[in-house]
Amino acid sequence: MNTVTLTVKKTPELFLECEKVNPDAFAGKTADQIAQLPAFQGKEISTLGDYFTVAGDAGATAADTKIVVNGDCTKMKYIGAKMTGGEMIVNSSCDMYTGSWMTGGKLLVKGDVHSFSGLAMKGGEFTVEGNAANYLGAAYRGDWRGMSGGVLRVKGNAGSDVATFMTGGTLIVEGNVDIHLGTHMEGGTIILKGNANRRVGGQLVKGEIYVFGTVNVMMPGYKPAGEVDLDVDGTKAKFVDYIGDLGERHPKRKGEIVYGHLYMKK
Amino acid sequence: MSEYIIKNGHVFDPVQGIKGDKKDISVKDGKIVEKVGSGAKVIDARDKTVMAGALEVHAHVAGPKVNAGRWYRPEDKHFDSHKTAGITRIEGGKSIPTVFKTGYEYARLGFTFAMEAAMPPLYARHVHEEIHDTPIIDEAALPVFGNNWFILEYLKNHEVENTAAYIAWILRQTKGYGVKCVNPGGTEAWAWGLNCLTIHDPVPYFEITPAEIIKGLIEANEYLGLPHSMHLHQNDLGNPGNYKTTIDSLKLAEGIKTKNNFGREQVLHSTHLQFHAYKGTNWGDFESGAKEVMDYVNRQKNLTIDTGNVTLDETTTMTADGPFEHHLHGLNHLKWFNVDVELETAAGIVPFIYDPNNPVFCSQWAVGLEIALYAKDPMRCFITTDHPNAGPFTRYPRVYSWLMSKKVRDERLNSFKKADKVISATNIANIDREITLYELAAMTRAGPAKCLGLSKDYGALAPGMNADIAIYNINPDKFPSGGPEIEKAFAQVAYLFKDGKICVEDGKIVDMGHKQTFWVDAKVPENKQVMHDIREKFLRYYSVNENNYPVPESYAPHQHIIAVDATKA
Repeated sequence: MNTVTLTVKKTPELFLECEKVNPDAFAGKTADQIAQLPAFQGKEISTLGDYFTVAGDAGATAADTKIVVNGDCTKMKYIGAKMTGGEMIVNSSCDMYTGSWMTGGKLLVKGDVHSFSGLAMKGGEFTVEGNAANYLGAAYRGDWRGMSGGVLRVKGNAGSDVATFMTGGTLIVEGNVDIHLGTHMEGGTIILKGNANRRVGGQLVKGEIYVFGTVNVMMPGYKPAGEVDLDVDGTKAKFVDYIGDLGERHPKRKGEIVYGHLYMKK
Repeated sequence: MSEYIIKNGHVFDPVQGIKGDKKDISVKDGKIVEKVGSGAKVIDARDKTVMAGALEVHAHVAGPKVNAGRWYRPEDKHFDSHKTAGITRIEGGKSIPTVFKTGYEYARLGFTFAMEAAMPPLYARHVHEEIHDTPIIDEAALPVFGNNWFILEYLKNHEVENTAAYIAWILRQTKGYGVKCVNPGGTEAWAWGLNCLTIHDPVPYFEITPAEIIKGLIEANEYLGLPHSMHLHQNDLGNPGNYKTTIDSLKLAEGIKTKNNFGREQVLHSTHLQFHAYKGTNWGDFESGAKEVMDYVNRQKNLTIDTGNVTLDETTTMTADGPFEHHLHGLNHLKWFNVDVELETAAGIVPFIYDPNNPVFCSQWAVGLEIALYAKDPMRCFITTDHPNAGPFTRYPRVYSWLMSKKVRDERLNSFKKADKVISATNIANIDREITLYELAAMTRAGPAKCLGLSKDYGALAPGMNADIAIYNINPDKFPSGGPEIEKAFAQVAYLFKDGKICVEDGKIVDMGHKQTFWVDAKVPENKQVMHDIREKFLRYYSVNENNYPVPESYAPHQHIIAVDATKA
């Protein structure tokens, strides 16, 4: 695996749209060619080389390419977006759309990520060591196709509207989240190790949400259906199983209605 | 203005009977002429196909419903935010493109005219704002009448003269082009939570049937002698078994003779027929009814149709057929938009994915192709996708490739996961016909121009007509055999002339042209009754003042008015 190292040499005045900073865009290119890749700032187009020093050539394919980004990326959007393979390590916080639409590979952000990160993620592993803002693993504005695969782990807290319209995959938040967790969810798994604010699983059709801490105010559309012993992300505990959202449509399988589940740790 | 001579191209023009012969076309002052001087600029069209600019007979490209689709589907354009080099603006949107992209894409496909198929009269200003901002192509819009309270009240008593007077008034207020009728009575019934699924279902409160509305509107249209005929979206769209209602509706035109000065021969245009040609009782035993419907259409000379081809894409459905959109939302659970337009009409929008893994959608794909392939007279059958309902208009090249090559069509058919199911539910596998370039020119140029009453200026390449000319990179002697090659050739014209100016060159937009908005000013005898009714309805029911209703000229600064006079009838 070849490693390409990007080091920020100039902070953009506005925000830099790094749609070409991912293993797929780099694959098969030399450091010089990578520096020539386009990047928008507002309506103006410049090159990656204007903002980063690039060291090392990429591998032949995305899977053969590892990217390490150093320096302050808080004004860089779309880092790792749409990546299909390979590996990325970002030693900074990032702006919006980090790791969004990714379908494979590994992305590690050592700082925080802004809103819309992991948006509509389909596969791969995306880990954030800091906090995430709003719409983590959700659907794009207007869309009904949220995170559908892969593993997204945030070691800190996340904001509101996490995993809206999630349909598959696993999303783990080790800290707390704000309002609207798993709204319109139709599949997949959310593991929340901290506390949630209001409206967890509103209009949820299918899928599972595990909450280790507390939910400030429960949705009225959930009803307790017993207690279960579970092993959730390495934690063995007893959970209260709530089914819902009873106000939403639910599919049927073999004549039985399939509800969503909200498991609250006892 | 500059002169051009287009040399050595293979010309296809059904009006003049030119079938691919090498012929030079001369252009001067925006018109096609017999001869130009020696200083004329030469365009070398060797090994290329030359046709008149194409005409879109039915598409939803401008107005409040289209725009509602745009704002409620940001996901339709979220990767299209960057500008490309050249004179074009950012081109956003796939199934519901921006007005700019709409103009550019039609031009790249070789179109020079598009008909907006459903204009709610109350929101006509919005329609004209968008038409005005759509570059290059000429446009017009059809106001909807099939659920309008005035029309329902007049036609209940079969008052054709009053209906015609009201239509003439609306055309003038809205700068409209003709008479559109969507799900007659059904959309009004929707206000009661009901629908009209046959042409004999009574409309609640108004106690009129869709049959009476359809027939009355056809008669009023001919009373006025409008350039276009009544333009009908029938009842019971998209449901298995609806082909009977379709034929029943078409039968209403029997015996009605056309009366106009525009060379139009049909009295009824039946739109997106694909959605109306289904047999069976449910989606399980669903079968194609294209043969039955087209057998009838082929016999009746006073009908024209368009196909409404399903392109198997993710798209956005939008129609004034409010109850149908609610029904769709119930099927796919995607976001639903609905609006009621006071006394006039309604509209609904639902995103839709025609998934090629679902045999029902593949059968719809087949039905749309069958309609075109069964058509005996290409001058009466036009290719549409009911943009964006069955697919975006940008997919026309792909539809052409399926129609023009049995091989391409069968490859697609056999690639379906449940091809056997599609083959048994439809007749597509047994049809060998391939549409020729000459027939395509009839289905996309000469035919639509005649149907819209525009054949004096559009749809052919005779001297005196508009110099709207599309030149494609297609050598008819070596017609491409692969689907992608056919698609590419139709998707990017080598040249597009609009009113004698080159607007597209090698698929690149080089000039924005001078687009015009067409509307029809119909003169009728003074009608005190109708003027009284209008005043009363505005005072009692409308949310706007009558004086704020008309579309001012500033909304259509480049208008082209077609005058008709019905006072001498």
